[in-house]
Amino acid sequence: MSKQTLFDKVWDAHVVRHIDEGPDVLFIDRHFIHEVTSPVAFNGLESRGAEVLFPQRTFATADHNTPTINQHLPVEDPLSANQLQALANNTTRHGISFWGLGHAKNGIVHIIGPENGITQPGMTIVCGDSHTSTHGAFGAIAFGIGTSEVEMVLATQCIMQPKPKKMRITINGKLGKGVLSKDAVLYIISQISASGATGYFVEYAGEVFEDMSMEARMTVCNMSIEMGARGGMIAPDEKTFAYLKGRDQSPKDEAWDKAVAYWKTLKTDADAKFDLEYTFDADDIEPQITYGTNPGMGAGISRPIPTAEQAKGGATTYAKSLDYMGFAEEDSMLGKPIDFVFLGSCTNGRIEDFRAFASIVKGRRKADNVTAWLVPGSHVVESQIKEEGLLDVLTEAGFELRQPGCSACLAMNDDKVPAGKYAVSTSNRNFEGRQGPGARTLLASPFVAAAAAVTGVVTDPRQFL
Amino acid sequence: MAYDKFTTLTSSAVPMPIENVDTDQIIPARFLKATERTGFGDNLFRDWRYNKDESPKPDFVLNNPIYQGKILVGGKNFGSGSSREHAAWALYDYGFRCVVSSFFADIFKNNAINVGLLPVTVSAEFLDKIFKAIEQDPDAQLEVSLPNQTITILATGEQESFVISDYKKHNLLNGYDDIDYLRAMKEEIGAFAEQSMY
Ligand code: SF4
Repeated sequence: MSKQTLFDKVWDAHVVRHIDEGPDVLFIDRHFIHEVTSPVAFNGLESRGAEVLFPQRTFATADHNTPTINQHLPVEDPLSANQLQALANNTTRHGISFWGLGHAKNGIVHIIGPENGITQPGMTIVCGDSHTSTHGAFGAIAFGIGTSEVEMVLATQCIMQPKPKKMRITINGKLGKGVLSKDAVLYIISQISASGATGYFVEYAGEVFEDMSMEARMTVCNMSIEMGARGGMIAPDEKTFAYLKGRDQSPKDEAWDKAVAYWKTLKTDADAKFDLEYTFDADDIEPQITYGTNPGMGAGISRPIPTAEQAKGGATTYAKSLDYMGFAEEDSMLGKPIDFVFLGSCTNGRIEDFRAFASIVKGRRKADNVTAWLVPGSHVVESQIKEEGLLDVLTEAGFELRQPGCSACLAMNDDKVPAGKYAVSTSNRNFEGRQGPGARTLLASPFVAAAAAVTGVVTDPRQFL
Repeated sequence: MAYDKFTTLTSSAVPMPIENVDTDQIIPARFLKATERTGFGDNLFRDWRYNKDESPKPDFVLNNPIYQGKILVGGKNFGSGSSREHAAWALYDYGFRCVVSSFFADIFKNNAINVGLLPVTVSAEFLDKIFKAIEQDPDAQLEVSLPNQTITILATGEQESFVISDYKKHNLLNGYDDIDYLRAMKEEIGAFAEQSMY
């Protein structure tokens, strides 16, 4: 069959049944669960008297509410402890693999999936967390689901979804000095707005994405949800195969060759049609930072905050946002004092992010007014940081490394930014109160976070490179 | 999870003319720690509804007794952000059975239908008319008919149709959820899994 997009190929290969005027019944290859969105799903399963249909297709981790210090001690918050215990009990009872706190493979769900080769091209992958879109970097269809759907996948290994519309976002050219994949995706969102891709599944194409490492691609796909999309994906290529080869759960020997042969067919046909296309130019992208309370409210770091008229999104939202942030129209972002820096999350908690951060703080000192939380996405990332000598660089510059978890990305544990304080964060959401009640979040890349961490103010990282 | 069947709902409505109401506002993350599904209504719009000292904020609409009803009318892009289904539960648990907006975020819309909360998408003009009707009379009644797929402002008779798939409609009318449907397909799913390469 010709004229298919990458998305069509993967989707169509997973339709168990098509319901007329209804959704497709889609088979799910891999299901990730964590402590926050799964307990109620397991309760539901029990009250129906249902079993987990294919326990070996589900993988559990503890990440959302876990502390990032003293993980060897019992979790203090009783509600969090309760959820963690529920997950341990449920996975044991149903025979599901569980990498809990303290396990060598524990980490943020969207980091450990790729790290262990659980995520593969051509798969359908779901998880009760919207940033499941991260796995799309491998050419998988991956998206977040609600708790009822978690129960559904546990009980039936399927979910029901109408096929979304298809969008392609192409960026041509080469990203400039100091511009990371985070900047590319923040730029896209600032251009098409935080709801610009609602109802669509996005494919990222063009030289910029082809040039990216797998980790950089994950950062882009991760934030697809921030433009409203169900998910985003990138066609698998030699980089994808090289990344996966030899990982724990990757196919081996003959199965590997067979898989690669199939994966090579997973690309959009030349004559395939998208419902909507955007094309951007890499030259227009500089390091980005957000100034408002949705991820679409961002701009190049050297530019003033756009006026209400220039900003995409409603005028009421705009005024309310700036008021919350304590900023004014046309303010310069450069030089704004900040209080916190968060390096981590499934957006930017991988080894390349720590390398980028370390490359800037190396030989410099953390600013005294800044509290920095550096949180690796997994124990594997944590070990890499130590092995590569990055820990020494960070320590010499006055930083400490914390233990893996979601941490200040959603502030369900103790890593909360106090009300009114400013945090430059490498995570994915700057909503009111996301990083703690009243917290003010500026989303940015690891370079921008590092530059702010050593200067104490919003700083263009290019001057350090 | 069982929910009430939805047929026709006639009720006054609570107006919330704010755009981009995200799920972090509907139910802040710190309330997601429950392992049960009830009690979320108490924390619905927690940070907009209460001061730090737990006293209600008088200017927030849910604290204004003149606005009551089972229908919440929100601004454009309602339910954006995090996929947390708790947002839909919180609205349902609080007592809402229907949310009206000119645009819903995708995941929220799906979650809502799945828990028995009907999302009704209307045109921007019709949304304005609803807000105006409530402004004139806080007790203005709206009629949402799922069988006819219509929403009507009873005082003026103004009406608009809304879209919902036959499948979802059937489920809501009967109080079924998707899992009931899929569990009946077990053999078909087993055969599919058999031939999968993953
Ligand atoms: S790091 Fe943030 S976005 Fe990623 S899985 Fe954790 S909470 Fe979700």
